[in-house]
Amino acid sequence: MTTMADQETDAPVRKTISVNASPERAFRVFTAEFDSWWPRSHHIGKAPMKRAIIEGAVGGRCYSEQTDGTDCDWGTVLVWEPPRRVVLAWQITDKWQYEPDLAKSSEVEIRFTPEPGGLTRVDLEHRHLHRHGAGAATVRTAIDSPGGWGSLLDLFRTYVEQSK
Amino acid sequence: MNAYQEKQLDALGDATRRAILGRLLKGPLPVGELARDFPISRPAISQHLRVLKDAHLVMDRAAGTRRVYALNPEAFDSLREFFDHVWTQALAAFKKKVEERRPKERR
Repeated sequence: MTTMADQETDAPVRKTISVNASPERAFRVFTAEFDSWWPRSHHIGKAPMKRAIIEGAVGGRCYSEQTDGTDCDWGTVLVWEPPRRVVLAWQITDKWQYEPDLAKSSEVEIRFTPEPGGLTRVDLEHRHLHRHGAGAATVRTAIDSPGGWGSLLDLFRTYVEQSK
Repeated sequence: MNAYQEKQLDALGDATRRAILGRLLKGPLPVGELARDFPISRPAISQHLRVLKDAHLVMDRAAGTRRVYALNPEAFDSLREFFDHVWTQALAAFKKKVEERRPKERR
């Protein structure tokens, strides 16, 4: 949690963990077996999620199949370099809808680096959060209350620009 | 939407309060100086600041006998916190899965 007034508001989210598995296995579980570990509560469909899929190729779809038979796209594979690196576009708007425009989407990069003892370091970076615009402001659930949302967005933009 | 977010929306639903935030974007200010920029009384400014503070949009600190108000950076940072939380949860689940002793291979 940041408290500095001059913090970089668009700082990426970075996470690093070490897993007891080879990069090959870690990469495969993260992508091909995405459905086996992704939290079931995290999806943007209206019905419960049945299956979560990352297609293994550049341009591949990231989507979930819902129990009502619909598919919910939420991303695209931008970089596919098994078993070391994958970059996904995070195409979810502040209204929890699919965002077709990549310029309005953030990116998640995941790198898998071998470590001594058969471990793999997994570095995750979720960046360009400001591209979500309204979603990056305080209130994530967009509400078109007069004077509320738009003005907050304006404030946020100014704030980001000033703190660069 | 949680109560905290509702408060923020309510706080932003007032033109004077938005103007106060706009003024604070330029930097922290004591109440007295803020009040000079607005055609309303100082107690009225204080009242608005209280609402903004309750909504965690601004914070204050004492500087001698004055109270200085500044934007609360955290109010502009919660998407980041949200993703931080999402990825912490997701990576913990990933680690657990990837380290399963007898992984059930999928085709």
